Amino acid sequence: MFKAIAKGLSITFKHMLPGHSTTVQYPTVRLKMSDRYRGLHRLVPAQDREKCVACYLCPTVCPAKCITVESAENEKGEKYPKVYKIDMLRCIFCGYCVEACPVEALEMTDAYELANYRREDFEFTKERLLK
Amino acid sequence: MTPEMLSLSNSPGLFVGLMLLKLIVVFSVVMLMVAYATWCERKIIGHMQTRLGPMRTGWHGLLQPIADGIKLFFKEDIIPSQASVVPFLLAPMMILVPAIITVAVIPFGPDVTVSGLIVPLQITDLNVGVLYILAFAGLGVYGIVLAGWSSNSKYSLLGGVRASAQMISYELAAGLTIVSVFMLSETLSLREIVALQSEPLWGTFSFLPNWYVFTQPLAFFLFVITGLAEINRTPFDMPEAESELVSGFCTEYSSMKYALFFLAEYANMIVVSAIAATLFLGGWYGPLPSSLGVINLLGKIVAFMFFFIWLRATLPRVRYDQLMRMGWKVLLPLALANVVVTGFVVVLLQ
Repeated sequence: MFKAIAKGLSITFKHMLPGHSTTVQYPTVRLKMSDRYRGLHRLVPAQDREKCVACYLCPTVCPAKCITVESAENEKGEKYPKVYKIDMLRCIFCGYCVEACPVEALEMTDAYELANYRREDFEFTKERLLK
Repeated sequence: MTPEMLSLSNSPGLFVGLMLLKLIVVFSVVMLMVAYATWCERKIIGHMQTRLGPMRTGWHGLLQPIADGIKLFFKEDIIPSQASVVPFLLAPMMILVPAIITVAVIPFGPDVTVSGLIVPLQITDLNVGVLYILAFAGLGVYGIVLAGWSSNSKYSLLGGVRASAQMISYELAAGLTIVSVFMLSETLSLREIVALQSEPLWGTFSFLPNWYVFTQPLAFFLFVITGLAEINRTPFDMPEAESELVSGFCTEYSSMKYALFFLAEYANMIVVSAIAATLFLGGWYGPLPSSLGVINLLGKIVAFMFFFIWLRATLPRVRYDQLMRMGWKVLLPLALANVVVTGFVVVLLQ
């Protein structure tokens, strides 16, 4: 019993010495997210417009049904999303939309601070997603 | 002419003034230590669990105790509708007062001479000092039992009952370890116990002081364990046991009344450390020169506090039957045997 207690005491003492803390002082220090981290979505821009061709594959594959797309044609006859909305309150960050996209117009960033005060602020429109 | 002891009869004004000064200084030092003991505990346990502890309030969280105090002060003061109001209000005071009052007999330095009169650095030198400590240690349990009972809640009651059983069991062993100390010292006055410990070890080895820890290592060991149990610290914190009794006797308390329980817990830690240091480690005497007596005593107290916190970070709570078995079947017989052996040795050496 005494041996075990002494061993435990030595372990806790070792941990107390400087340099053993694993805490990250969060708001001032941040961990670097993994490259594969699935955070906030981002619509990838091309030269003058978004890459998205409004093919509806992402709303189709989305298990949470959080993506709304409405397609339209521009003056050059290209399809583009007139409306592209993601409801972040429903999104489960599974990344299927990114996988499904045939033109790599959608990606996921490492932004994870998505808290907000109003319900409307969780509706990410095309303009917000293009940033 | 040897200077006289300062007393109420030979210099009343000076006596009252110095007494007030001593009271205020000792009380504020104890309260400051209590406040910063909470900070130290959170920091040390944090680091031992590879966390940081409080970091945001002030440099490395140094203002945390003040923030906690202000927060508790402004919390709503709830008295449960089914509680017995008077005992409910009385209980926190009954825990804190014995804890703080015990400090009165702890000597914290050698005598100083003020205008030709000897002033002991001790609030009062009772000739029954050790008995006084035991008496107030015994009183501490009433507060807890009263808190548990008057809250009228099952968890509080269980906490109170556990506390009373635990403290009664361990007080016996604690008392017996102290008995073996004053069998050697042949006095109950803590001032004289410290004076005896400042002589060379067993009257022969001049490089070591006659601290009773060298003569009574078993008693010291037992006293630290039973002391831990008496102040309800981990691994003996059954009366509080957050995980099973939702904080036991203080479940129903909030605001400053809860803060009083907290104060009492840390004040008790300081008191037990001070008593252990005085009875076994020479009190204010050594290792630094006697003119730094206060620092000697504070150093020993801080060392004990660190050890208690360290134990809290290391050991899990013992089970209740283990606690009782250890108290009655291991610690009590050991303490008794120690008293008997000490008695034989004392008689043989006379």
